[in-house]
Amino acid sequence: MQHGKYRFIGGFLVTPLVLYAVFVIWPFIQAIYYSFTDWTGLSPDFKMVGFANYTRMLDDDVFWKSLQHSLLFALLLPLVTLGLALFFAFMLNVGGRRRKGAAITGVRGSGFYKIAYFFPQVLSIAIVALLFRFAYNPNDGVLNGTLTAIGLGSVQPDWLGDPNLALWCVMAVLLWSTVGFFVVLFSAGMASIPMDFYEAALLDGANRFTTFFRITLPLLWDTVQSGWVYMGILALGAEAFAAVQIMTVGPGGPDYSTTVLPLYVYQSAFRDANAAYATTIGVALLIVTLLFAAIVMRLGRRERLEF
Amino acid sequence: MKTTDTPPPADPVEDHPRVTKTQAAPEKAKNGEGGVLNVFSHGILVIWAIMVVLPLLWAVMTSFKDDNSIFSSPWSLPDKLHFENWSRAWSQAHMNDYFGNTLIVVGFSLAGTLVLGSMAAYVLARFDFPGNRFIYFLFVGGMSFPIMLALVPLFYVLNNMQLLNTLPGLILVYIAYSLPFTVFFLTSFFRTLPTSIAEAAFVDGASHTRTFFQIMLPMAKPGLVSVGIFNFLGQWNQYMLPTVLNTDPDKKVLSQGLVELATSQGYKGDWSGLFAGLVMAMLPVLAAYIVFQRQVVQGLTAGALK
Repeated sequence: MQHGKYRFIGGFLVTPLVLYAVFVIWPFIQAIYYSFTDWTGLSPDFKMVGFANYTRMLDDDVFWKSLQHSLLFALLLPLVTLGLALFFAFMLNVGGRRRKGAAITGVRGSGFYKIAYFFPQVLSIAIVALLFRFAYNPNDGVLNGTLTAIGLGSVQPDWLGDPNLALWCVMAVLLWSTVGFFVVLFSAGMASIPMDFYEAALLDGANRFTTFFRITLPLLWDTVQSGWVYMGILALGAEAFAAVQIMTVGPGGPDYSTTVLPLYVYQSAFRDANAAYATTIGVALLIVTLLFAAIVMRLGRRERLEF
Repeated sequence: MKTTDTPPPADPVEDHPRVTKTQAAPEKAKNGEGGVLNVFSHGILVIWAIMVVLPLLWAVMTSFKDDNSIFSSPWSLPDKLHFENWSRAWSQAHMNDYFGNTLIVVGFSLAGTLVLGSMAAYVLARFDFPGNRFIYFLFVGGMSFPIMLALVPLFYVLNNMQLLNTLPGLILVYIAYSLPFTVFFLTSFFRTLPTSIAEAAFVDGASHTRTFFQIMLPMAKPGLVSVGIFNFLGQWNQYMLPTVLNTDPDKKVLSQGLVELATSQGYKGDWSGLFAGLVMAMLPVLAAYIVFQRQVVQGLTAGALK
């Protein structure tokens, strides 16, 4: 297989590599370089300023707020999402009443639930965010309308306009749109756990609670862990950006109460014409993302169970 | 697996202290799974299903209402089907243009991603050459980097190449940012394919290129379908890249155009038209999901399971 091998390899790799280098690798390298300059993005002139952008960032209240919110998105949101998804998946696959024939079944209609729960996953996050922007609308949104209809007309939260509430509203939407994906993911994982394990546990008299924590969760741990990293990266990046930018008003919510790191990068670069500073925040975002992935991997490390 | 340290209960009911109804229903008690717990867990499942489906139903319903009844009675059925909302959104609110742009961008991006991604993955999976590992990790590393960091310089890279605010520019960027996952996924897929068939074809005189396109690519079809669905949904739903790189109103893609529409139409008060646009954008993927449900789920979860 040696004839023309290198020409073939070169021919097949050159186009993807060039595209990837020009549009992905090169901008990343440039971004780190620009973070040490005073480049505005408007003019081609800039000079090196050392760590000036970084010291400025450490004194920047909005940066700390964004970081705080992004960390909340990366830590709390996956915890709730994956917890809920594990519960649903367990119910759908193992939680059913024992019927004749099979020792382990899901609840009745589990197929339907799996299809329905996955719905939001195929929708664009932009569409989901828009939909809920209307639902949350304090004057004529469906949420407050429903509150009025059931006799709670005096309770009319300003949802996305309330600095204490807005961030939670955004998180609820991200939760809504991602739980179904993990239900299906964990269901697939649970389906690959051998039936005998459950049967043995049931013979020993284990209840559903014990079964979940002694069998399902340990055997599913790898999937849960990669799900956590996956969700965290989404919540630190594109998903959170779109949700916050579309749903909340003004500069990342009332009084920056919902701003997140990717949104702040976007605003610094394209609203404030501060390209160099934006890339500095971007580098912080990169560090946070890598640290997050490393920590989750590290904490989650345990003996791999073979089956 | 340690299950031995759970005490074997003599009576299955003991295991469910919260389950009281089982005693009243002997045939359930015999099964050891209780009524209350089941009602409770089933209830939560139903509630979540309602929470998922209801907002979507509400959007569909609202898109057929007139503006007045949207606010006065948000949960009532429309008095009659106001199809004019849909036609207004389609032509006047430029939904047709947004659809067209999205189709062009996603069509070319998806084709490009699959062709280039499978070429790179095939070479990386099946051939030994210096730098193979390095190139592989260069591609795969791109999966964990926040795109936002690169977007700022990328904006100026495209600007210099005269590709800013153009559909070809967007297509090239979509392909480039889809490559990491595509190469990662397809490399492991090509490794699982048998080598003997490709070798036989090569011995019979087929060139490497011909072997790839006529033998290996058809064999890789299941993998291509999975990664294709994953990329299709990702590119169809993309919001961040076009928001930054494509600000020309005539070239907006669907998600971006809708947000733009919500902002401008919101002032005009055309809520029904807005909902019609929203539902119009939702329906194609929802319909495709219902039809190709199994493939979509496999395609989307295949990557995360690795």
